[in-house]
Order: sequence, then C-alpha cells, then structure tokens
Amino acid sequence: MSVLVVLEARGGKLIRISYETLAAGLQVGQAAGLPVEAILLGQSLQPLAAEASGYSVDKVVTLDHPLLADYTAEGYTLALEQLIRDRRPEYVLFPHTYQVRDYAPKLSARFRTSLVSDVVGIKANGSAITFVRQLFGGKLHADMVGQEKPVFVSVQASVFRAAETSGAGSPIEAFAVAIEPGHILSKPEAPFQQTQRSVDLGTASMIVSVGRGIREKDNLALIESLAQVLGAELAASRPICDNGWLPMERQVGSSGQTVSPKVYFALGISGAIQHLVGMKGSKTIVAINKDESAPIFEAAHYGIVGDLFEVVPALIEELRKAKS
Amino acid sequence: MKIVVSIKQVPARDSVLRVNGQGKWLDESDLAYEMNEPDAYALEEALQLKEKLGGEVVVLCAGPDRATQTIREALAKGADRAIHVQVPEEAILDPFITAQVLAEAVRSEKAEYLLTGLQSDDLGYGQTGVLAAELLGFAHATIVMEVEPQGSAVRVKRELEDGWYQYVTLQTPVALTIQSGIKKLRYATLMGIKKAKSKEIRTVTLADLGVSGTDSPGAESIYLPPRNKETQMLTGDSRECARRLVEKLRFEARVL
Ligand SMILES: Cc1cc2nc3c(=O)[nH]c(=O)nc-3n(C[C@H](O)[C@H](O)[C@H](O)COP(=O)(O)OP(=O)(O)OC[C@H]3O[C@@H](n4cnc5c(N)ncnc54)[C@H](O)[C@@H]3O)c2cc1C
Ligand SMILES: Nc1ncnc2c1ncn2[C@@H]1O[C@H](COP(=O)(O)O)[C@@H](O)[C@H]1O
Repeated sequence: MSVLVVLEARGGKLIRISYETLAAGLQVGQAAGLPVEAILLGQSLQPLAAEASGYSVDKVVTLDHPLLADYTAEGYTLALEQLIRDRRPEYVLFPHTYQVRDYAPKLSARFRTSLVSDVVGIKANGSAITFVRQLFGGKLHADMVGQEKPVFVSVQASVFRAAETSGAGSPIEAFAVAIEPGHILSKPEAPFQQTQRSVDLGTASMIVSVGRGIREKDNLALIESLAQVLGAELAASRPICDNGWLPMERQVGSSGQTVSPKVYFALGISGAIQHLVGMKGSKTIVAINKDESAPIFEAAHYGIVGDLFEVVPALIEELRKAKS
Repeated sequence: MKIVVSIKQVPARDSVLRVNGQGKWLDESDLAYEMNEPDAYALEEALQLKEKLGGEVVVLCAGPDRATQTIREALAKGADRAIHVQVPEEAILDPFITAQVLAEAVRSEKAEYLLTGLQSDDLGYGQTGVLAAELLGFAHATIVMEVEPQGSAVRVKRELEDGWYQYVTLQTPVALTIQSGIKKLRYATLMGIKKAKSKEIRTVTLADLGVSGTDSPGAESIYLPPRNKETQMLTGDSRECARRLVEKLRFEARVL
C-alpha cells in the first residue's frame, strides 16, 4: 500500500515534469496517508536515484536492466508490471509525456483498467481522492474518482509546482526485474531532429501567431501584414501547419518550437495545453478570440473577445498611427 | 492487407458547450457533430496504404444512431465497409470498454492493422488505441507520422516532444495511433458519396461483441474551469479595443 511516482529523465537528468509529478504524488500520499516511492527505470541509475532521494519521498526504487537502457513500451510495461504486482500500490502517478502516453495505457490494461490521463488537479476529501482532468482541449473540467486500485494517473505539465528538495536522503532500493530480449517487440532507432530550421522562433522578440480561427489560407495575408507592421515573426498552431498553410518550422507547441518573446499575439487560437506549453513563457501574451471561454484567455495578459477579421485590421491601423 | 480504422463522432469544433442538468455531460440538444480530427487522418493513411498495397479498409465507430452520418462520410471517402457499435445516446464509454470493443472487432475481422487517432477531441483520453493493442497482444506505436510497411514488419516514424522524431520497426499485426497532419486529407467526391449508399454497415451491440457494462462511472461532474489569472479584458468596439491594446502595450507592458 503506497503511492508510486514514476519519474522520467532525459540526457541523464530528471525532466521538470518529473518534479511536478513528484509534488502531485506527495499530495496524494499525504491525503491518503500512504508512503510515497519514487520509481526510476533504465540503466546505471545511481546518479538519478541519488538526486531523487533528496525529495522527501519514503523510498527511491530503481529498476535497472540493460533492456531498459533504450525505451520500449514492452520493456517499461513489463518492468513496472512486476513492480506493481510486488508492491500493490493504491496509486501510480506518471508525468503526462509522450513516452508515458506510449506505455502507461498498455500497463494499465494489464490490470484491466484505463488511465486517468492528463490530470490538472487533485481534490482530497479525507482520504477520498478526486482527480480533475480536462475535456475538449481545456474548455471543460471533469472530476474523476478512480474506482479500482491501483488507480493509474498521468499528470499534465506546468500544473503542480515542482517539488522542492528537502536535502534529506531517502533510502534507495534496487528492484530486480526479469526481462528477456524476446519480450521486446519493437526496434527503436535513435531519436533525431528534423532538418535544420531556417527560422529560429526561440530568439524572436515579437511573435504573431495564428490558429484555426483564420479559416482559410488566403486570409493569412491579414496576419502577415500585422506581423510586418510590428516587425514580428509569424508563427502558428498545429492545424495551420498540418494543413500546409505555413511550414512546420513555424509551429509553436509541444511538438513544435518553444518560444518566449516580449510579446506573443495569439489570434484565433483556442489555447490547448499542447500549444500553451510552447508559449506560456512569453513576457506579454495578447489573445484575440471570438469565444470568451477559450482557454487561451487564462494564459493571456490582455484579452479581446472579438472577431479577428475586425480586430486585426483595426489593430494594424492603430499601430501605423502610433508609429507615425 | 486488412486494416480496421476506428473513428469517433465528436461535437463540432466551434460548438458552444453547455453542461446538462445532471452536470455529468453536455446538453446535446443543439450540438452539431463531426469526425474526430485525428481519426480523419488515420482513415486517410489507411486509404493510402490500401491504394498502394491492396486489401480492405473497415471503419469502426461506437456511438448512437447519429454516428451513421460520420460512418457514411468515411465510406464516401473510400472505406470499404463499416461496423457500427450501437451505444445509447449520451453514454460515455470508459476507454477500457471502447478498447475492448475495438479489440473484438479487430479479432473478428482478423485484421493485421488497427489504426486509431492518437486522441479524441472531446474526452481526450489519449489511450484507446494502446489499450486495444494490449488486449490484442499486438505491438504498437503512438503519435505516428509515417507508415512504411516492409513485408511482415512495418517501420513507422514517431513524433517525440520538441521537434524530435524516431523510427521504430514493429512486426505485424500492429496497432498505430495516428497524429494529425500525417497526410493531406482528401474530400469525398460525388461519386464516392453515391457509392457509399450501397456499402455495408454492420450494426452490432456491445453484448454481441461480448463486452459488458456501458454504465461506466465516467465523471462525477463536469464544469467550466475556474479562472485563476487576472487577465485584463479590453472591451468596446474593435477600434476601441485596438486603440486600448496599443496603449497598454506601449505604456504599461512597454513592449512597443
Ligand atoms: C500529442 C499532441 C501534440 C500536439 N502538438 C501541438 C503543437 O505543438 N502545437 C499546437 O498548436 N497544437 C498541438 N496539438 C494540437 C492541440 O491539441 C490543438 O488541437 C491545437 O492547438 C488547436 O489549434 P487552434 O487553437 O488553432 O484550433 P482550435 O482549437 O480549433 O481553435 C480555433 C479558435 O479560433 C477561434 N475563432 C474562430 N473564428 C474566429 C474569429 N473569426 N475571430 C477570432 N477567433 C476565432 C475559436 O473560438 C477557437 O478558440 C497537439 C495535440 C496532440 C494530441
Ligand atoms: N466511440 C468510439 N468509436 C470509435 N473509435 C473511438 C471511440 N472512442 C475512441 N475511439 C478511437 O480511439 C482514439 C483515441 O481516443 P481517446 O483514447 O478517447 O483519446 C480516437 O482517436 C478514436 O480513433
């Protein structure tokens, strides 16, 4: 009976969302009165384990195996299945990364249940725990109560404040997993980055970004003239690039570029989490959207509820006036 | 090769979402519906695979009566047949149940490929395809951007975070969850729409498939998210908003 928090590392370092998930796990552990164990998978995990042991967890457990050196869904699932059958946790928390999306449902299916995915809040009523998840790209929230134990939960990025180090070293335990090469069904190749980018939005100081609210490719001219008046770079949400209206390299978000300009204009963009993670570091965010309940307004500093086909031309005119 | 593609019917993108009286789902009275976007891409990929290598594309949709409209659309685009799993209006299936449905259908069709969207636009569980893969004992890959069959194997390009990608090779049978943008979408032609009328839609119930329990717990309640941040909303007509915004950006944020 415990809370397991599975941590993810990249390039030999825990990624930020791992600390956030740890914070969520500690919150669950406290509410449910359960010990919290941080779980690491891979090979040569000592440095990571030493780091994780400084975060007020009751224990750090390492699943160290040569067949876990490169991620595969089969390897990770099997290793965690063995750990869970041994530990019988009440809750298993994961960071909601692409890797977790790839294997956590496979793991939960072995326990004949689904994953409470993409959680943005935890409500505790005594030891009863409700998880809040997003529906419709963040336009609605849903309260979910896990019915069967263990409850598998993945935690969204940038929601929980990262756990802070307590300095105290928790005990580190190695859990022996049994994996054979025959268990691994997929042959992964080394990750790579797409060809050299010709625009680096990461260093742009002003960005005008456009979403599906633009409706048609031809309407992009309007957004281009706004970018021109401002001297800003042009960017877009994913559907605009999926449609081929702008090149992929101008996409902002979890699968595109991460930007942090002085000003980011989000025009006709709803503000799905995968877009927000790419731009929420911007110093000033302006949102123009005809839907007053669009999640983008939650991220914005200045918001205008309106039709971009009216507001943008007016804005171009005002900017020209201000310049002259 | 035989491919099953799962397609879900979801509320149209710019719908105004109103929570119903019970607070557990939407007021569906004046909603319009469409095909889940990533599923449209999964269907496109399936159709192109079939055009290249031959075989059959069977679409599967679990939903109430209204879902036939989305099924017809898939048939009009070129799918060969459809399976409509009837579920009651407003039933919210747990992804584990949907996955069981998918797995049973793939089994009965003896399909070698299951293509799903990577995520539904409404419930957004992001897992149905992977759950089904496990139930079937299939290898799987998620967030797929390229599919390259190689005999009894398939090499796929997976999207990773931050502009990274990875190729993975899997032995068939496989389940792949398809990312939006994998190929350019086709439109249904008039000819396609005409042909669709005579294509088979097999209607089955959950019970026919041996899947029990529609009464998934679902959500305790759904609601508009609370607003935390102090966003300055600028009001007035367009011109007034624009003027005030420029003023704010110049003198308050000092970024112009
Ligand atoms: C694994 C994964 C990775 C993803 N990666 C990314 C990513 O890197 N980047 C990304 O952007 N998305 C990404 N997405 C997609 C993301 O979930 C959203 O679907 C996408 O961001 C939505 O784009 P949008 O806001 O332009 O479109 P929509 O969500 O359709 O929003 C359009 C908005 O325009 C508004 N609008 C319409 N007409 C007007 C008008 N005339 N005037 C003003 N406003 C108007 C509407 O009210 C609406 O809010 C990813 C999704 C997944 C599952
Ligand atoms: N009711 C359904 N009918 C058919 N396919 C579905 C259904 N629900 C989910 N799917 C498929 O599973 C994918 C992932 O959905 P989800 O796990 O809800 O995000 C979708 O893109 C669909 O391809």
